[in-house]
Amino acid sequence: MIRIAAGQGFWGDWLEAPYRQVTGGPVDYLMMDYLAEVTMSILQKQKSRDPSLGYATDFVTQMERILPTLMDRGIKVTANAGGVNPRGCAAAVAVAAKRLGFEGKLKIGVVSGDDLLSRLDGLIARGHPLTNLDTGRPLRDVRERVLSANAYLGAAPVVEALRRGAQVVITGRVTDTGLTLGPLIHAFSWAPDAWDLIAAGTVAGHIIECGAQASGGNTLIDWERIPDLARVGYPIVEARPDGTFDIIKHPRTGGRINVAGVTEQLVYEMGDPHAYITPDGVADFTTIRLKQAGKDRVRVSGVRGKPATDKLKVSIAYFYGYKAVGTLVYAWPDALKKAQAADRILRQRLEDLNLRFETIHTEFIGAGATHGKLALNAIDPAEIPEVQLRIGVRATDKTPVDRFTREIAPLILNGPPSVTGFAGGRPKPEEIVAYWPALIDKRMVEPTVEVIDA
Amino acid sequence: MKKKRLLELAHARSGDKGDTANVGLIARKAEYYPILVKQVTAARVARHFKGMIKGSVERFELPNLRALNFLLHGALDGGGTISLKTDAQGKVFSTALLRMEIEVKR
Repeated sequence: MIRIAAGQGFWGDWLEAPYRQVTGGPVDYLMMDYLAEVTMSILQKQKSRDPSLGYATDFVTQMERILPTLMDRGIKVTANAGGVNPRGCAAAVAVAAKRLGFEGKLKIGVVSGDDLLSRLDGLIARGHPLTNLDTGRPLRDVRERVLSANAYLGAAPVVEALRRGAQVVITGRVTDTGLTLGPLIHAFSWAPDAWDLIAAGTVAGHIIECGAQASGGNTLIDWERIPDLARVGYPIVEARPDGTFDIIKHPRTGGRINVAGVTEQLVYEMGDPHAYITPDGVADFTTIRLKQAGKDRVRVSGVRGKPATDKLKVSIAYFYGYKAVGTLVYAWPDALKKAQAADRILRQRLEDLNLRFETIHTEFIGAGATHGKLALNAIDPAEIPEVQLRIGVRATDKTPVDRFTREIAPLILNGPPSVTGFAGGRPKPEEIVAYWPALIDKRMVEPTVEVIDA
Repeated sequence: MKKKRLLELAHARSGDKGDTANVGLIARKAEYYPILVKQVTAARVARHFKGMIKGSVERFELPNLRALNFLLHGALDGGGTISLKTDAQGKVFSTALLRMEIEVKR
């Protein structure tokens, strides 16, 4: 039996979680997921300014804090904190390890080979169009605006790094689930084509990849009775060689682990439940069995899998254009009507100025911004105490977006009354880096594994 | 027959994939699952979200989890970083679906 603890569900997750996971009770592995779709392009931008950067710097700080415990207890770490520079990340962790007196005692695995940016033209020339999965357009449409391109690697290179003795495995764009599946394949010597086991490990990874979302965080059912979220325990996979596993958390932590909560996490970001596709295999979520096996303990079994496909997903980021969002708050009486009037006036002014946008998007926060007409049918609009007008624009050119940002503040004195909440000042135009999902033949991507001594 | 909010019979979680939002709808009790299967059809959900989403609605059944998964295409103004919506990642389409009215016996 091995225990894999989730330490981080995204870059920006709770800084206390990794430390509590390695000190709060017995665990064998700490799994930390840092990469969202857009994160890679942000990291690429950082690397272009300073070639030693391009990874999740928070990870190095975390490692400094927990390394003494990891060394003391022999806990291993898998993290995709390497971003677009896993070697740089490993070098920074090695420096930290030396400073803490672990020189020569820590082996760091580095997984790369996911970065396709420098190979794009060659790939396109050799007949890999990297067609956008959503729009059907070939990548050459936006080729000159591409900022990063990374194939999603699976668990295999993580397994390889562990096999070669790495205690900390730092990867580039390895799938979230691969960080959990890798330790399972390694610890239990699962065959790469044991599809049911691969699927089970993938489901385990999916359940804990968003951290506390499996242990009471952002959980709707019975939310008011979830105990002590202030000290929420992050989820832990307690896995057996036969592919069954329990989701648990450390004793004396907050949160809750029950069937309903784990089910919520299972359906999160789900597509076709019959085919949850990863580089390692295809999991069928309609075969998952859940059972409450004790307090804060859910047993997962029955998972069936299918063979892996011959493709890898590629995550490409490209420059799209500019956007800006401005807000103003209107108060009772008729808060919503005032906000609506301000929206009409602003749109008229943008039109009179001949500004061209791809989209102008208006929301009335407090009056249906997220639930639209469904919410407005349920309330008396005249009595809403205040409404935030939130208006955003998007354009490929920066000029109209810039001008838009100067049209919000004037409304305070020359628009509808009872307006406040503009302390934030003029909104700032933001560059939009958009996401281009594509597939590529697996044979075109060769993962690289190095193991270095700190 | 009596009308109840779906919230009383189910809970839900939602997320995104590009411009598509997913809503996983989960029956609070095993006996509610057949009611969800029968009444919360893809067509009904498309009507519920009319004007709020641009594309079609797909439905998948997970009887093992007494859950239904809905894909709401074209729900996120382009999705991800392109979207100007507060809910650019479709996080609260889940509770928006739970506003739907369902007919139950009694």
